[in-house]
This record gives sequence, C-alpha cells and structure tokens, in this order.
Amino acid sequence: MIHSLFLINASGDIFLEKHWKSAVSRSVCDYFFEAQERASEAENVPPVIPTPHHCLLSVYRHKIFFVAVIQSEVPPLFVIEFLHRVVDTFQDYFGVCSEVMIKDNVVVVYEVLEEMLDNGFPLATESNILKELIKPPTILRTVVNTITGSTNVGDQLPTGQLSVVPWRRTGVKYTNNEAYFDVIEEIDAIIDKSGSTITAEIQGVIDACVKLTGMPDLTLSFMNPRLLDDVSFHPCVRFKRWESERILSFIPPDGNFRLLSYHVSAQNLVAIPVYVKHNISFRDSSSLGRFEITVGPKQTMGKTIEGVMVTSQMPKGVLNMSLTPSQGTHIFDPVTKLLSWDVGKINPQKLPSLKGSMNLQAGTSKPDENPTINLQFKIQQLAISGMSLRPQPIPQLMIPIRCIRSSFIQTRGPPESPCREVPGERRAAGHQAVPAGAEPAQPRPLGAGDPDHEEAEPSQRGGCPRCSRGNAEACTQ
Amino acid sequence: MSGNGHSYGEQAGEAAPELAQEAAPTTAPSVPAAFGLFSSDTKKNEDLKQMLESSKDSAKLDAMKRIVGMIAKGKNASELFPAVVKNVASKNIEIKKLVYVYLMRYAEEQQDLALLSISTFQRALKDPNQLIRASALRVLSSIRVPIIVPIMMLAIKEASSDLSPYVRKNAAHAIQKLYSLDPEQKEMLIEVIEKLLKDRSTLVAGSVVMAFEEVCPDRIDLIHKNYRKLCNLLVDVEEWGQVVIIHMLTRYARTQFVSPWKTDDDVVEEYNENNFYESDGEQKEKDRNVKKTYTMDPDHRLLLRNTKPLLQSRNAAVVMAVAQLYWHLAPKSEAGIVSKSLVRLLRSNREVQYIVLQNIATMSIQRKGMFEPYLKSFYVRSTDPTMIKTLKLEILTNLANEANISTLLREFQTYVKSQDKQFAAATIQAIGRCATNITEVTDTCLNGLVCLLSNRDETVVAESVVVIKKLLQTQPAHHGEIIKHMAKLLDNITVPVARASILWLIGEYCERVPKIAPDVLRKTAKSFTNEDDLVKLQILNLGAKLYLTNSKQTKLLTQYVLNLGKYDQSYDIRDRTRFIRQLIVPNEKSGALSKYAKKIFLAQKPAPLLESPFKDRDHFQLGTLSHTLNSRATGYLELSDWPDVAPDPAVRNVEVAESAKEWTAILGKTKKEKPTEKFYSESEEEEDESASTGATESESGSESEKEDKEEGSSDESSGSSSSSEESSDSESDSKESTAKKTSGAVKESNAEESKKKAKGISKNRNTSSSSDTESSSSEGSSSDSKSVSDSRSDSDSGKSGSATSSKKEEKTAQDRKTPSKQDVFLLDLDDFYPVTTPVAVPTAAVLSPSLTADLEGLSLSGSSVIDQVTTQVFVPTKTHEMLHRMTGKGLSAHYHFSRQPDMFGDHMVPVQVTVTNTTDQKIENIHIGEKKLPLGMRIHEFNPIECLEPGGSVTVSMGIDFCDSTQTASFQLCTKDDHFNVNIQPPVGELLLPVTMSEKDFKKEQGMLTGMNETSATIAVAPQNSTSLVIIEKVVKAANLGVVPSGQDNIHRFAAKTVHSGSLMLVTVELKESSTAQLIINTEKTVIGSVLLRELKPVLSQG
Repeated sequence: MIHSLFLINASGDIFLEKHWKSAVSRSVCDYFFEAQERASEAENVPPVIPTPHHCLLSVYRHKIFFVAVIQSEVPPLFVIEFLHRVVDTFQDYFGVCSEVMIKDNVVVVYEVLEEMLDNGFPLATESNILKELIKPPTILRTVVNTITGSTNVGDQLPTGQLSVVPWRRTGVKYTNNEAYFDVIEEIDAIIDKSGSTITAEIQGVIDACVKLTGMPDLTLSFMNPRLLDDVSFHPCVRFKRWESERILSFIPPDGNFRLLSYHVSAQNLVAIPVYVKHNISFRDSSSLGRFEITVGPKQTMGKTIEGVMVTSQMPKGVLNMSLTPSQGTHIFDPVTKLLSWDVGKINPQKLPSLKGSMNLQAGTSKPDENPTINLQFKIQQLAISGMSLRPQPIPQLMIPIRCIRSSFIQTRGPPESPCREVPGERRAAGHQAVPAGAEPAQPRPLGAGDPDHEEAEPSQRGGCPRCSRGNAEACTQ
Repeated sequence: MSGNGHSYGEQAGEAAPELAQEAAPTTAPSVPAAFGLFSSDTKKNEDLKQMLESSKDSAKLDAMKRIVGMIAKGKNASELFPAVVKNVASKNIEIKKLVYVYLMRYAEEQQDLALLSISTFQRALKDPNQLIRASALRVLSSIRVPIIVPIMMLAIKEASSDLSPYVRKNAAHAIQKLYSLDPEQKEMLIEVIEKLLKDRSTLVAGSVVMAFEEVCPDRIDLIHKNYRKLCNLLVDVEEWGQVVIIHMLTRYARTQFVSPWKTDDDVVEEYNENNFYESDGEQKEKDRNVKKTYTMDPDHRLLLRNTKPLLQSRNAAVVMAVAQLYWHLAPKSEAGIVSKSLVRLLRSNREVQYIVLQNIATMSIQRKGMFEPYLKSFYVRSTDPTMIKTLKLEILTNLANEANISTLLREFQTYVKSQDKQFAAATIQAIGRCATNITEVTDTCLNGLVCLLSNRDETVVAESVVVIKKLLQTQPAHHGEIIKHMAKLLDNITVPVARASILWLIGEYCERVPKIAPDVLRKTAKSFTNEDDLVKLQILNLGAKLYLTNSKQTKLLTQYVLNLGKYDQSYDIRDRTRFIRQLIVPNEKSGALSKYAKKIFLAQKPAPLLESPFKDRDHFQLGTLSHTLNSRATGYLELSDWPDVAPDPAVRNVEVAESAKEWTAILGKTKKEKPTEKFYSESEEEEDESASTGATESESGSESEKEDKEEGSSDESSGSSSSSEESSDSESDSKESTAKKTSGAVKESNAEESKKKAKGISKNRNTSSSSDTESSSSEGSSSDSKSVSDSRSDSDSGKSGSATSSKKEEKTAQDRKTPSKQDVFLLDLDDFYPVTTPVAVPTAAVLSPSLTADLEGLSLSGSSVIDQVTTQVFVPTKTHEMLHRMTGKGLSAHYHFSRQPDMFGDHMVPVQVTVTNTTDQKIENIHIGEKKLPLGMRIHEFNPIECLEPGGSVTVSMGIDFCDSTQTASFQLCTKDDHFNVNIQPPVGELLLPVTMSEKDFKKEQGMLTGMNETSATIAVAPQNSTSLVIIEKVVKAANLGVVPSGQDNIHRFAAKTVHSGSLMLVTVELKESSTAQLIINTEKTVIGSVLLRELKPVLSQG
C-alpha cells in the first residue's frame, strides 16, 4: 500500500519524509517536480503521477504537497482519502497544519504517522484513539514536560482501539456535559447575467461538538427528513436505524466531529438571498472602462446578510482600477488582476456599491467577455433548505443546539446573451444560528453552552477542509 | 528557543538551521548544556551518543528526538545505531517508541546489530498487555532482517491465535511484511491467513483480507467458507478494511456467480427499497417466483444488499469501492443507485473529484442513463482547476443526447469564452464530438465552430480549425464555402496544427475549390522556409495533390516546392520530398506506381472517429490505480469474466463447528465470543439459513448489541445480549455442529451443548414441571444455586460488585422471609406457587417439549450484563374475549397473553387463543382470514384447526408483532363457511419482555434515560400492598417485567425491554412514608412508558 510519504512545501523542498517499508530514495520526487513545473498552478498538479517504478499520489492542502509513494495496485481514492485524513489529524493536533507547525512538532508528527499506518495499511485513524496514544501538544503540557521531563506519549495504554466503539475512548468525564450541533448549509449556484439561476445546489453538514460523560447514546431526528436527498454519515451513525426510522442514532466520538453531510434535492426551488447588479463595460476605442456593481438582499426572511465578500478575476488587459466603494474596503492586485471587495454587512436601506473606472492596456482589444463575479456571504439563523433538527433531550442534560447555515452562489454570464458583457457572480451565503432545541422541556443543565452561540467564523473556516480545496473560492467558508 | 536555533546554526554549518528548527522546540528546554558541545556533524553525533549513554532518561529522550528529527529530514543517522539499539529495553515508553521508529528505519542496513534487539521483542511478545505484544510484533516484523524470518514466523503463528483481536490484526499485517521479506514462507503464511480468515472480529477482517490479496490472491477457495461472514461483518469493519474487502469480494463474485446482465431485460426480479431489509427467506421466495428467467444467487444478493448502506459512508474510498462493486456485479437496473453517491463526492476535495470524475467518465460512456439526471452537477465552475474542468467536460460530452444537446451547447458556448485557454480548446473538441455523435446538431455545431474562426484568440481558432477539419471529413459533400473561408484565414493563423489542417483540407478537396487551391499553394510556397515542419509536410502534400489534379497550373509551383524540400534541414521533409517526387513526376524509373499516384493520394480516407479517451478504460476494474493510469499497475488483479455456469454454491455453506472449537482449543478456555462479531452479523446469517425468523429480528439484534457495547466495553463476553441475539447465536453455534436442521432441533442440540457447559446443573431442573417459567440462565447458575445475579453470565460472576450485591440481596431476603425477586427466579415452580397463586399454567399443554429445550438453550450460549431476556415469572390468567359465542354463531374464542418469549421470532407477542365450539356440530377448518393491520404490524398465524368437535375446545398460539404500540390487531377468524371479525388489543404490559440486570446496571441505564425519557407519578399505596412481595406480584402481574434485585427494602426495580424495538423499560417503585410511593418509568419509548405508568398506578393503589 503506501510505501512512503514526502511532504513538499510551496518552494519545492522536501521537508519531511517517512517510510513504512524499506526506504525509497527521495529522488523519486523529481517526477513530481517535473509535473509541478508543467502545471501552471499548484492546483493543476495531477493527483496521480506515474513513474517507471512507483506511482505518486499527492494531495495539496495548506500549501503543502503530501506525496505518497506507492508501488503496486491500490485504489487511488484509498490513498487520497488517507492523506486527507492525515492532514485533518495534523490540523486536529496542532490547530493549523502548516510547514512551520510540522517542523516544530516533527517528533509528534512522526509518532502519529507511525501509529496511523502499519506497513502502509491504515491502523488507527480515529483522532480520539490517536490522541490517547499520543497526546497533542499544548502550551501547558510543554511546560509541564519541561519541568517533569515527561512526554507527549500517553502513559496509559489506550483501551479505545480495543473497545467495540472504535471511535470513542472509554472513561470520558466532564463536569459540564454539553453537546452542540451546528447546521451549516451552503448554496452553490451559478447565475447568469440576467439573474436566472443555472444550477443551485444545497449542501449541508452537521458538525457536532459533544462533550458528554461516559458512553452516551444519542438520537437526533429531523423535522423534515425528506428534504435530505443524499446523506453520508460518520461511522458512528447506525445505518439501519436511519433506513428504517430516519433517526440518527449514534454513540458520538468525544469532541468535535462531522456527524453527517447531506444534499438537498429541490434544486430549482432554491431562493438565492442576494442579487448583484452589474454594469461593466469595456470600449474598444478608449483605454478606459466602466465598472459598477451593487449588491442587494433578496428573500432573506428578515435576516441580515453578513460577511459579504466580492471577488472577481479581471481580464489580463486591465492595468489598474480606480474605484470607490460606498462601504467596506477593496483591493485590486495589478499582478494577479484579482479584485476583492470586502463589503461586510448589507444595509437594505443603503445598498453597497462599488463604482469607478478601469484602465486598460493601450492597444489591446477589449476582452471577450466580462469577468465572473464571485460572491460569498453568510446569513445567521437561516436555513436555506428549511432543514431543522428536532430537539431530543438527553438524559439529565439538555442540548442547546446551534444551527448555522450558510450558502453561496456563483453567477456567470449568460451563455446566449448577444452582447458579451456578462459578468458572472458568485455569491456565498452565510450562517445562521438557530436554537433548534427551542422547546426545552427541562431547565437547561449546568454549564450548558449558549444555545445561540455563534460560530467563530474564521476558526471554523480554518477547520473546514473545503477551503483547502482547489475550488475553495467556490465555497463560502 | 530562537536563541537555541541560532547556536545550532552558527556551529553546525549549513544543514543545521533546519535541524535546529525541528529539534529546538522539543528538545531545547531540557538540554541547554548540550548545545555548546558540538561544532560539526561528527561532533554532533558524538554528542548524541553521549546523551544516549547517559543515565538520565530525559537526556536520552532528547537525543532520540533529535535523531528522529534527522530521520524525518532524510539525513543519515545510521552511525548512531549501536548507541540507539541499547535503549531498546528502556523502561520509558516514549524512548522505547522512538527507538522503535529508529529501528524500523535502519535495521535493514545494520542487520548484525539489529539482532541485539530481538530478544527484547521476544520478551515483549509475551507481555500481558496486548498493546505491548502488538507493538513488539509490529516492530519485529518491520525490521526486515532475513535472519530472523523463523522467529517472525513463530511470532506470527503465536499472535494469530492471541486472545486479543488487536494483536491478531497486527499478526495479519506482519504476514505481508514477512512475505515481502521472504516469499519462500508462502505456504506457511497461507495457513495463517486461512486461520485468520475464520476470525470473527471486525478488527481483523480488513487486515487479513489485505494479507490475502497480497500473498495469495489466487487462492479463492479460502474465501468460500468465509464469504457470508465477510459480507455480514462488512458494515462494522473499519473503513479502510471495507475498501479492501469490497474489492476482494468483487473479484470473488465474478468467479462464483453467473452474470446478472445477460437476461437483464427479462429479469422480473424487482428491486425495491422496502425489500432491502427483508429476510432472505422472503427474498428466496421472490427469487423462486422469477426462476423462470434468471435467479440471482442468494449469496450474490447478500453481497449487494450488505454493501449498499456503505454508499453513505463518509469515506470516499468506500463509496467508490461500493460503486465499482455495483458496476461490476449488480444487474444493470440496480447499478443506478450508486450515481447519487458518486455525485455527492464531487463536493469533496479536488483530488477526490479527479478520481471520481474519471470513473464517472468511464461509466457514462457505457450507461448514459446512470448520470443523465445529474447533468447539471457536472457543469463547470470557474474556480475548478483545469483538470477537473476537462474531466467534467468529458462527462458532459458523454452524456449529450438529442434531448439535452441544446442546453449543453449553450453551456459549452460559455466555456469557449473561458480565460483558461486550454479548457476552451478542450471545449471545442467536445463540441466536435457532439457534432459527430448527434447528427441533428452537426450543422449547428459546424456553424458555431466557423463563427469561432473569427475569434480573436488564436488557440481557439486553431482548435476550431482542427475540429472543423475532422468534421468536414465525415461529411465532405457540401462544404466548399467553409473551405474557402478557411483558406482566407490562412493568412492570419500562425498555429502550425491549424495551418496544417487547412492545407490538408484544401489539398484533399482541391477539386471543390479549383480556383483557390493553386493560389494557396503559391502563397505557402513563398513562406515555405519559415513554416513549421508540420506545415511543410502539408505544403508538399498539397503540391502533390494539385499536381495530380491540376498539373497545368501548378506544375512549376510544385516542382519549386519539391526543390525547396529537397534541401530542407529536416530529414523527414527530405524523405517526403523524394518520395513524392518519385511518385508523381513521371520519369523512366518511376515504373508502375506513378500510374496509381492519384489513387494513392486522393483515396477516400476514412473519417477520424472522435472518441472519448475513456472509451476502453472499462476493461480495468473501476476505482483501481490501473484504471486511473489506463495501464496495468504492478499487482493489478484481473477481474475475471462471469462464468457460464456458476460453481457449486454449496462451497459457501458453513459447517463452522471447527472454527469455534478450534478457537476454544487454542485458547484453552471456553469460547468467549468477540464483541465485535456481533453487530449485524449473526442474526443476518441466520436469516439466510432459516426463514422462520423475521427480518426485523436482525435489527433488534444489532440494536441491542450496540447497546450492549455501550454498557460494557469491558465486558468481553457480551456475546449475546437479548434473547433474539441468543437465539440467533445459539443457532449459528449449532449450525457449526449440525448443518441443517429445523430450528427447534437445532436449539435442542444446542441446549445439550450448553448442558455440558454448565458444570453442576441441578437435577431438579429436568423435573421442574413447567419449563416455561424457568430460564436457562438460572440453570446455568444453579451450580451456584442461589444468586440470580450470578446466573446472568459467567463473566459477570467475576464481578465482585454484582456478587456482593446479590449476597446482600440474599440476606435481606432471608431476613424478611419473603422471597425477593432473586428468589423468585430461583424458586422451583412449587415454591413459586404460593406467591403467584392465581397463576394457572394452562399453556403447558400446548408447549411442545422441544420448546422447553429451546428455552433452556436460549441464554447459555452467551452472556451479557443486561438485556438478557429472562422467561417470565408470571403468566397472567386473565383471559380476554375475542369472539362471543352469540356473535360467533356458536364459536367462541378467548385469548390471553402467554408471555412465552420467542415463540415466533422476536418481535412477536405470543398470544394463546382458546377456541371453543358451543354448537352441536363440528366446526371445521378454523383459521385466520383476512388481516387488517396497521402499518408494520405482523401476525404469525396459528395452524388451522381442522376440526373442532361439539363442546370441544382447543388452545392454539399465535404471535403478533404490535410494533410497540397498543393499536388493535384486527383480523378475521374464519371457519369453513363463516368468518368473524375479531380484534386483539394488547395491554401495554404485554408489549414487554422481561430482562434481568443487576442493580448497578439498572442505575446506569436509568441514568441514561432521564429527562424526557422519564415519567413518574406519586401514588397512594394501599396498606396491604406495601410489602415487597405483594408489590412484586402485583407489578409483575400487570406487566411483563423482570425483577431487578434491589439493595434497599423500600425500592423495587423492574426491567424489561419492548418486544419490537428492544428499548429498555425501567420501572422503579419507591415506597415512601405515609403509604405513598413514587413510581418512575424510564424508557425511550415515552408513549408506552406513560401508558404503562397509567396502568400501574391503579394496580398499586388499589387493594
């Protein structure tokens, strides 16, 4: 299976290598560098690169290439999925997964990798188990270790691996038992110039943070399970119960995890809560172009749209832009030709707009088509799909449920418009916290968290694997 | 810390700064003194050696950390080997771990020294801690020193029969390592694999199949016996194991089953969701119905059925594995279910998308229908990386048909404008393909492409030219205009391929454009020397063709061009020139060929086929690396074609007796079932064999198993929890010994086995008159003869807690001289009578002797803390009228609840129906007719009564699955010539099955069922009801509850689970002062809980 792993940073240095079978010379990475050179951007490096004797499978995240060397037939997704799991684990351990972090914690990284694979076959990939085997570094522990000379390796051998619930360690104790469930929804839409939706999909996830003592067995149900078209579960969820009763029944892992992700089918009924008015024109004769966009709310059910961010890749001919925003800040990078405008909140009374002119390179003809506009936004407390959880009391404690939803949209020029000045826009819609546990039958337990707790977006974002993806801009978060 | 880094950097030269970065944060705090000590690489290593030899663990640890840092960096640390290997026996776990890391890396290079460490591992292999055993085995097998092969072999053999599944898992991994080290050991290793394949632990399954694939993938015969087990375990295996097993099973199935595709069209077998969890028994019946055409092997169906839920896995590799399994194995009509899940994966990471899209591309060529509904999901987003865009485009093209082509072309138009020119070019190719595939739009596409010729972007134009060339070739009839247009473009286009294409077109169709062609040649002859080779060749071609068709005008031009070509730098062009000259210019040497020059040059050329690059990829198994690369990877295992005739399916029948016994023998202990084996497996396996048990059983089984796990992960032997579980277990156990018998007989035999197991079975067991009241669990423990809690399980008896509690219990019981609940269990029926005087046992007659045995066999086969269903302690006598003799025209019927568990399968509530004939004639053929049941409810009918003499009465038993509701079951009671509508409504107390558990477990369970799940009430207890005996009696009479031994006099606890879903129902009666009592019910099924509360209230408050 997986023979070796090389971590390569953006500048092409191999800064970590690990072998599970006999060592493979790092010169094998030359094939990778070759491919990297051929691809203009890091994202275009093919994930599977054949070499005469090996095959290189790589994953690009956090500006690091994780290159696995394999020698014989293996399902490629197996390796790719595993590499992603490795990255997730690092992230889980160190908060961020960056070159510096990995270098700083090289011993822990090595130990973790050692536990995760045996002879190239995954051994322990559940973060709960790993954390029991190898304690993640914390500032406190570093200090303690310094003084006492103890280490990150768990003193007690874990039992979890051997328990029948492999994802949960035994003997979990909390004084404050609490569990949070975040519902996050994303709309991903393509909208043409005239504002009609070409495609729109709602994709949602339920992220949970469960801190409960013992071996709790939880059930969750939905007010409207039919909405969910396609679901994938954390392994802890019992398939059969879902099949038969549409109830999520599970023994949760300890801590943060993604309980399920789902897809909402009613594609055409998605009401996109934002619109963009645009007027972008280039003139063949003059070296000036006009640029004007306005963002406004639409069908938001009374919620505010926040965190609005507009980005647009301008055509190569644009030299500079002199724009004035009515609110927020904007940046135009003349090298990458990327315009980004951080709008913030939308005030329906005074719609934010960005106006000004573009300087075009003299002598070049006007661009074929107007740029695509990507738009991201968040709306708290709004379920685009209308999905909601039914509160389910857990023994002795109430679960405050926070729901966060988000959505976003991509718009693009209309394919058939005769004039070519079609800007595309992509919008992302935001987050909502809904205390879905709205009718608590019982008093809230001690220490239960704020039900309306709003997610700290940036950190969430950091934890969101989508963002490291190639199409990261496509997602709101 | 940064300071430390500096000191490194200054002293250790170039390489050191990096090292400092790695090492400083972890090592810095405790070894400040060490930093000054080295000034060069060798010195540094000296320093490390010193630290390793120091007596302090902390120094050693720091040294090891730095060494690991070096390894990670890819630096050579091998010279430290002697110093490091000494520490292999270190007491400090972390040092040990790091030494292991080091050993695995360098042992191969320093074999002699590595041998020093072997004895440590050998010792560790005997360690009582399973994790230490496992890690010792891991390292031992990883160090790749050929000399120790025999030691490894021995260690693997030993570990493969280790008690701990974790160690066995590691043994399975070690098999592959040993095999790669020394393939000579293959035979021996296969033996070990064979043994491990029989392992029932989900932990082992994935790893051993992996080893199987690596070592002996051709030994398909090893799988036969384990096939069903693997299928059933699959859901519970960890995700990575699932992938490997699914791939292996795909290969296996292709050799063992006949193709479901051939007869696909006339296969009537309908696949619907409902049928998914139905028992195989029903499935079989269905199969039988369609036998006339094609019958899917039940094992084949089993595989498809058990893999389907995995489509919802979060792991993309698992989803893909299932998808390829369905693609390769499922009837074509069913393969569609995977598309939704595959499309879901498109929301995942870029790399995952890449692989999934590739596979979809292959699939979509063969079966468009699968992905057509998801067309829009493949629309390209501006933010996708190019490779993803191209793949999506590929799929869109594959999916194009008459219906959607217009939408697609509109979409393509947007793509053509994309700033990503590579992608725009690919789009043009795609349009070309659509044009050839769908004749309706060929002209539209062609026009569109011609429009693109005026595009400003050169690559777009060039690509269009190339595609137009191909298109024109397919239908050259009437496109003179386009060719003319293109000829005009020649001046502006610089891309060689495009220029070459235009020239070729003009040459090929020069007769259609007789005026333009010579002119073009003239122009190109001028620029000949500056052209690309590709273009030069086409100029030569054009010249030759014109010479042949229009030699008058072009003779000189052609010769000029040929002369230019003669002295060209490229030998290709010189070659071509010579060749053409000889062929077309007539001279004496040219001979016969020149006559045919025209035919040679202007032959009708076949139009190029515009095909998908994914066309032939499907000869590789989908989802494999070979498929992705489109070439065979090493170790790729060919997927065989379906056999024409299926090999004997009987090979998969399992007479597993040996496996269990083998284990027992090896372990030298009574077999304790691994907890992991249970999830869904047993009960489903049973379904396969005996159709008698309902499908739902497996569900409750698995449910209770899981609950079980929650309870006692420490409890190793939670082998079988509920009675359903037990029964299935016992059946499968007995399957081991006797392959196929009726379930009754099977159980009997099992009971006998269990008898042997129970050491001192009291003799009065056999004499006890009503076996139905006695649970086998109590027999099991009757060696102890007194405490019920012991009876619960062998393993449990080891627990001091329960033992003491039971003792206490006993004491109190004796003090009070009233039979406590435990006593109740143990009492012989004779003793029991006084307590439950009203109990008549009218059912005894009906119970077959074999049933008695059944019941005995029930609970012995496994043991668990909770959920062990005990037989009821009380059979209510209260009968209910079902059919009055007036309405029944002389036929009357009564029913009562016999509380006899497990007569008809687990979810059934057993009901005894007594039918009396009050007429003076015989009533014939009494049976159940039409049933009107609420959704989900089922009835197990009684056997028709053929004839009932006047005045006679007969008691029959039937089972009803009430689905844990108090809804009425209505059905018709029919006689030969009449039918009567009757109803049975269960009192809530009868929807339960009693459960034994200890007080501790009860409290634990109760703790988990609070909040909404708790209902309580305070009641006034009638004075005569305040003794515990009476309370127990009353409560047990009202509801089918099991008594939980209680440490306190004033608290009485009862436990049961609901018949259908197996949810726990915990009842607590707490006596308070002034003759009140608190009645608490904890259950998930709150509705039943509250109804039960309502029913229990009057029972206790009234006299």
